Amino acid sequence: MARAVVTVPPQARRGEIVEIKTLAQHTMETGFRRTQTGELIPRDIIHSFRCTYNGTEVYRVELHPAIAANPLIAFTTVATESGTLQFQWAGDNGYTVTEIAPIKVE
Amino acid sequence: MRLRFTLLFACLLSATAGGGEIPLSERRSGYELMSRETQKIQDDDATNPGTLWVLDGEALWSTKSGAANRSCADCHGDARQSMKGVAARYPAFDAVRGKLLNLGQRIDACHVERQKAPRFAYESKELLALEAYVARQSRGLPIAPKIDAKTNPFLEAGRKAFHRRQGQLNLSCSQCHDDNWGKKLAGSVIPQAHPTGYPIYRLEWQNLGSLERRLRNCVFGIRAQVPEFGADEFVALELYLMWRARGMKIEAPAVRP
Repeated sequence: MARAVVTVPPQARRGEIVEIKTLAQHTMETGFRRTQTGELIPRDIIHSFRCTYNGTEVYRVELHPAIAANPLIAFTTVATESGTLQFQWAGDNGYTVTEIAPIKVE
Repeated sequence: MRLRFTLLFACLLSATAGGGEIPLSERRSGYELMSRETQKIQDDDATNPGTLWVLDGEALWSTKSGAANRSCADCHGDARQSMKGVAARYPAFDAVRGKLLNLGQRIDACHVERQKAPRFAYESKELLALEAYVARQSRGLPIAPKIDAKTNPFLEAGRKAFHRRQGQLNLSCSQCHDDNWGKKLAGSVIPQAHPTGYPIYRLEWQNLGSLERRLRNCVFGIRAQVPEFGADEFVALELYLMWRARGMKIEAPAVRP
């Protein structure tokens, strides 16, 4: 199960700064750990996160092995117009998750 | 390095005198002893990583499974109604087995007997998800395990286990959690050990884990022999801990450092 949760205020005033919180379920295996028998556990992390607002990129993150499991990414953007925010996580071993959240701007 | 400090502090602790049980009015959830930042992570479902397991559990609740091809919801209906308060009264006595079961064992027993499915592994993602989902329905309700003629012997066994010195450090649970709570052990605050929020998302684990996992950590820390998951002694200890925290509110799924 690859689950992600996004929290966006359902409505905002035009020009208002809104806070967006995202949580993605992922082990973020660093690639530096070994098993008890000494074998290296291969790296398995989310390496990028991107948020677009009606198609325009408003936020992007590159993630690295030092980032904790189930990364919580919170950021702000300016509410300009009604529409949708799209969130995309991408990682090792073909991991991709996309979430969409509507926002109403008045 | 950290372990060495732990040992040093533990040795110092073992020298202090025992004080006995914490008065009801002085009980504190581990929540109150953690940083404001960690409290905020727990408070908001949008940031509490336990939410991910609760949502997984919600999905599993209505997924048909096993040879019986039945879902939890087929028997229990809407968990928001039927599971309300359940986590607050576990571990509970199971008449069929004649012994105490904790919430995880109860879910697993249902899974095997009613759904005719293979057992969940301890600490498996599915079991923790279901446990988190069920426990979430009791959030805010007071802990109230049923103590009667059947469960009392287990309560007493748990009490005994809590006060028994054990391991190479010769420490009992009580010496840290009754006598020295609020002080520091290797830089971390010693909590009173009230199981108010299990399963918890422990930042150190980077994962959700059960009360038994937490107990095993403690037992390992005092260098005693760690019982297997599901050991009767552990379940009895869980009952004692729940009784000790009676009346305190369930926070599941809690976040702890």
